[in-house]
Amino acid sequence: MIEVKGLVKHYGSKRAVDGVSFTVNRGDILGFLGPNGAGKSTTMKMITGFLRPNAGTALVNGHDVTRDPVAVKKQLGYLPESAPAYGEMTVEEFLGFIAETRDFRARDARDAQVERALGLTQLAPVRRQTIETLSKGYKQRVGFAQALLHNPPVLILDEPTDGLDPNQKNEVRALIKNLAAEKAVVLSTHILEEVEAICTRVIIISQGKVVVDETPAQFRARQPGARLDAIFRSLTTSDA
Amino acid sequence: MSQITPVFKREFLGYFRSPVAYVFLVVFLMASVGLAFFIGGFFRTNLASLESFFVFHPWLFLFLIPAAGMRLWSEEKRTGTVELLFTLPITTLEAVLAKFFAAWAFLTVAILLSFPMVITVGYLGDPDWGVIASSYLGSILMAGSYLGVCSLTSALTRNQVISFVLSVLACLVLLFLGWSVFNSVLHSVFPVWLVDLLANFSFATHFNAFTKGIIDPKDVVFFLSLTGFTLFLNVVALER
Repeated sequence: MIEVKGLVKHYGSKRAVDGVSFTVNRGDILGFLGPNGAGKSTTMKMITGFLRPNAGTALVNGHDVTRDPVAVKKQLGYLPESAPAYGEMTVEEFLGFIAETRDFRARDARDAQVERALGLTQLAPVRRQTIETLSKGYKQRVGFAQALLHNPPVLILDEPTDGLDPNQKNEVRALIKNLAAEKAVVLSTHILEEVEAICTRVIIISQGKVVVDETPAQFRARQPGARLDAIFRSLTTSDA
Repeated sequence: MSQITPVFKREFLGYFRSPVAYVFLVVFLMASVGLAFFIGGFFRTNLASLESFFVFHPWLFLFLIPAAGMRLWSEEKRTGTVELLFTLPITTLEAVLAKFFAAWAFLTVAILLSFPMVITVGYLGDPDWGVIASSYLGSILMAGSYLGVCSLTSALTRNQVISFVLSVLACLVLLFLGWSVFNSVLHSVFPVWLVDLLANFSFATHFNAFTKGIIDPKDVVFFLSLTGFTLFLNVVALER
C-alpha cells in the first residue's frame, strides 16, 4: 500500500534522508525507529507530501506523491509530531472543518464522521472545549481523531504516544492495533517496548539510511537475551 | 477549487473566535472616523461628502492591514498547523486563495461597518451617492492589494513581528511612490516621465480617482493585478 523508493532530502549540505526505501502492506504496523535527527520525521513528511523529496518518490495506493500529491493526501491520515491544531477552535468545530476538507460537505455526513472520530478517541467529554485549553493527552487525541476521521486506508503517525501517561499510551496502542487489520500503519517512536507490543515490522533508520528492516522477533534474535535498547544502541552508534 | 470553501469558512470565522476581530474592528473604526473628524475637519468643511473620511484610508491601511495580515501564514508556521493544512487534500493555490479571501472579506466587513458615516452625511445634506459608492469600491480594492502584499511577507517568515515590519515597509514604498511631497523630491532628481512612471505603481495614485467618483478600469486593473501578482508570489514562496 505504501511503496517508498529511494527518498532523498538535503538540508543545505546535510543529507537528512539518504536513499530510504521500504514497502508497507495492508495489515502491517511498521515501527519506525531511530535516534533524534536520524530522518524519521523528514521521511514521513515526504510520504505525506508535505515536503518535496530531492530524489526518489513514494507511492500510496498506486498514487505517486511527487506527481499527484492531492490524491495521496486523500488516502492518508497523518498525525504530525506534537499534534498541531487550531487552538482557538473547539474540538467539534475543528473536526467539522477537517471533515469538510475531506469531502464530507453535507451536514449529516459531516456530523456522522465527527461523531465516529470522537467516539474512537473518547473525546466526547471535551467536545465543546477549545483545543488550546486541553491537556497534552487530549490534544494528542484530537490529532488522532483528525487523522482517523475519514477512515483512511493508510495511517502515518509521528510519535503518537509522545507525552502521554502510561494509561493513555496503552489506550492509543490498543486503538492502533484494532484499526490496523484494515490499514497500513507507519508509526515512529522512541519507545522500543512499543514496537514489541504492537508492531509487525521494525525499521531502524540512522543518519538518513535504513539499517534494519525485519520483524520484532528477528530484531530480538540479533542478540538473544540482551535488552532491546542495547541492540538499538549497537546498531545506531556503530557508524556514528 | 472546491476546497476553498471549508478553509475560507474556517479562516473567516476564526477571526471572530479570538479577540483579534473585535479589537481590530474597534481600532479601525475609531481611527478612521477619528481621523476624519479631528484631522480631516469632517464638519468644518461643511460639505455632505465623505472625502475627509476616505482620504486617510491609504495611510490607515499602511498600519492596520499589516496588523491583520501578519498572522496569515507566520502563525500557521509557528504553531505547526501549516503541516496539518498541507497534508489535507488541498493545493497550495487553494489554501492561499482561501486565506486571502477570508481576510479580505473580514476587511470588507470592517470598511463597511463605517456605514453610520454614510447615514450622517445623508441625513445632514444631499451627498453624491455615486462618489460614496465608488470610494467604498476603491477602498475595498485597495485593501485587497495591501493584503496581498502582507500575505506574501507573512509567508516568508514564522515571526509575526518580522512579518509586520516587512509588510509596513513594502506598503510604505508602494504608497510613497505616489505621494505628492515625495514626488516633488523625486522631480528634483529624476526626469518627469520616470517620476510619473513610478507614481503609477502607487496605491495613492490609483485610489484618488475613486474618491473623486471616477471608476477607471485602469485603476481597477492595477489593484486586481497587484493583488494577483502578490498572491502568485505567495504560492511560489510557500512551495519553495
